[in-house]
Amino acid sequence: MLFESERSGDGLTLRLRGGWCIDNLREIENSLAQLNEQGRQIKLDFSGIQTLDLSGAWLLRNWLERTSQAGGRIEVVGERPSHFAFLDELLQRQSAQPGASPPSATSLRDAVVWIGRGTIQQAKQTRDAIGFFGRIAATMLRAMRSAHHLRLPSIARHVYETGIQAIPIVSLIAFLISVIVAYLGAQQLQTFGAEIFTVDLVAISVLREMGVLLTSIIVAGRSGSAFAAEIGVMRLNDEIDALQSMGVDFYEVLVVPRLIGLVIALPLLTIIADAMGLAGGALLSSMLLDIQLTQFIPRVQDALAPTTFWAGLIKAPVFAMLIALVGTYRGMQVRDSSRELGRLTTLAVVQSIFLVIFADAIFAVVFVELDF
Amino acid sequence: MSDSQPAPIISVRNLVNRFGKQIVHDGVSLDVKRGEVLGIVGGSGSGKSVLLRTMLGLQRPSSGQVLIEGREITRMSDSELLSVKRRYGVTFQHGALFSSLTVAENIQLPIREYFDASPAALESLTELRLRMVGLPVDAGGKLPSQLSGGMVKRAALARSLALDPALLFLDEPTAGLDPISAASFDELVTYLHRSLKLTIVMITHDLDTLLSTCSRVAVLVDRKIVVDTLDGIMKNPHPWIQEYFHGPRARAAQAAVADDATEQGRPS
Repeated sequence: MLFESERSGDGLTLRLRGGWCIDNLREIENSLAQLNEQGRQIKLDFSGIQTLDLSGAWLLRNWLERTSQAGGRIEVVGERPSHFAFLDELLQRQSAQPGASPPSATSLRDAVVWIGRGTIQQAKQTRDAIGFFGRIAATMLRAMRSAHHLRLPSIARHVYETGIQAIPIVSLIAFLISVIVAYLGAQQLQTFGAEIFTVDLVAISVLREMGVLLTSIIVAGRSGSAFAAEIGVMRLNDEIDALQSMGVDFYEVLVVPRLIGLVIALPLLTIIADAMGLAGGALLSSMLLDIQLTQFIPRVQDALAPTTFWAGLIKAPVFAMLIALVGTYRGMQVRDSSRELGRLTTLAVVQSIFLVIFADAIFAVVFVELDF
Repeated sequence: MSDSQPAPIISVRNLVNRFGKQIVHDGVSLDVKRGEVLGIVGGSGSGKSVLLRTMLGLQRPSSGQVLIEGREITRMSDSELLSVKRRYGVTFQHGALFSSLTVAENIQLPIREYFDASPAALESLTELRLRMVGLPVDAGGKLPSQLSGGMVKRAALARSLALDPALLFLDEPTAGLDPISAASFDELVTYLHRSLKLTIVMITHDLDTLLSTCSRVAVLVDRKIVVDTLDGIMKNPHPWIQEYFHGPRARAAQAAVADDATEQGRPS
C-alpha cells in the first residue's frame, strides 16, 4: 500500500508514502481504490512520498478532483507537490478543449448507416476496378503502337523475376506432384493389371491440369504478393504521386510491364512444369512399374490427343493476367498504413488463387462442351 | 550529488565508429549535463544519426564508451539495456508513429509493454500526454495518417513522454514543419524542459530551434566533436562552424531572435 492511515482525535489522516510513479502503476490504482473506502472526510499528507512523477501526480490529482466533486471533503496537509502546479497550469492552458463527440444514435440508425456506407463503398470500388482495367486496356493499346511506351527493359526484368527465378521451385513441385499422381495411380491400376494406363493418367493430368494450375498457384503466391507489396510500398512512400507529378503514366511503367511480363513468363513456366511432370512420371514408371523410357515415350504419344498440351497451355496467359491484375490492383489500393499493406497483399494472393481456380473450372466445362 | 559538479546524465568517451574503411567518428567525447538542452549539429553525413543511435544503444560502437546515468551501455546485455531504454524517450525524424495504431494506442503501447495498467488509468495517462504536448484530447482516436505534419511531431513527442522519462532525445524535431508550427514546437520543448526539468538532446538543422531552445551546442566536424555554449561556438574559428553560424541563413535567423529579444525587453 502506498499510504498509511492514522486516526487522530477528530478525523482520519492518510499519509501517502513510497513511490507514486509510473513503475507502480497498478499499486497506485489499488491504493486510490482503497482511499475511496476510507470515508469522505480525510486529511491527506503528501510529505511521506518518496518519488512522485507526473503520471502519479496526474492520477492522484484526478482522484482528488473526482472525490471533491462527489462531495468528499479532503484536506491537504503540508505542501502540495510541485507537479500539481504544472498540471494546474496545463489544464488552464487548454481549458477550451473541444468536448467529446456527440453520443451515437440508435442501433437501427447505425444499421442503416452501415448498410448505406457499405453500398456506396462497394459501388465506388466497382467503379474504381472498372476504371483500373479500362486504364490498363488503354495503356496497352498505346504501348502496342510504339516501342517507347512498351518499356521493354522493365518487361524483361519482370520476366526474369517472375519467370526465370521461379523455375527451380516450379520444377520441383511439378516433379513431386506427378510422382504422387503416378504412385497412387499405379497402386490402383495394378489391381486391374492395367498399370500401363498410369502413363496415360500422368501425361493427361499433368499436361491438361496439374502443370498449369500448380504453376499459376505458385506464381500467384510468389509474384502476386510481390506486385501488391511493391506497388503498395511505393504508394505509401508517395512514389506514385511523384511519378504522376512528372507526367509519367504509372500504369505504363508499373502495371503494364508486370502484366506483359507475367503473360510471357507463365506459359514458359508451364511448359517447364509439364516437362518436369512427365519426367517425374517416367522416373516412377521405370522404378515402380518396370516401364522403361523406350516404352514410356510411345505410350505418351498414343495417350495424348493433339490438343491435350494446348488445352493446358492456353490457360496460362489467362491465369497470368488474372494474377497480375489482382496483384497490381490491390497494390494500388494501399493507403495510409502498414496494416493496409499487409491486408491487401494477403487479399491479392487469396483472390488471385481463387480466381485462377475459378477460371480453371470454367475452362474445364467449356473444353468438355467443345470436345477440345 | 554535489552542486559544484553534478554527474553528467550521458557521457560519451572516445567514441569510434567505422563502417568498412569509412570512419564516421574518431574519438568523440561528449558530456550531457543533467537538465540542459543540448543541440547536435553537423553537415549531412557527419554522423549525427550514428551518434544518436549509439547513445540510444541501438548500435554498438567500434570502440569507446557510452554511459547513461553512470552505466556503461555499450557492453550491456540486452535485458540490462532494456532498463536503461525505459528511462529515456525518443522522437524520430519522421515521427515513426505506428501507422496501424491510433495516436492513443501509440502512446499507450510503451506503458502497456512495461506496466500492468487498467484501461481507465491508461486512458487517463494518455489524456495527460496529449495535453502536455498541446494536442486536443480527441486527437487520440485518430490514425497517424489523419494528422498534419505538426500534429505527427506532437504525437510522437507525446509517445516519447509516455514513461515519464527524465531524458529525451529528439531527432530533427522541427524538420518539415512550417515556421509557425516549428516555432510553437520549439516553445513546447522549452516549456516542457523548464516545467519537468527534462534533459533534452536534440539533433537539428534548424538554426531558429538551436538559438531558441538549446543551452549548449555540439558540432560534429571532421569526425570529431566540438561542444560549447551557443556564444562560444559562434566564435569558434573552424571554417565549417563559421559558415554554419554566419552564413546568410544564419544571419537571418539570428536577426530574428535578436528582434524577439528586444521586443520582449521593451517595457509595454
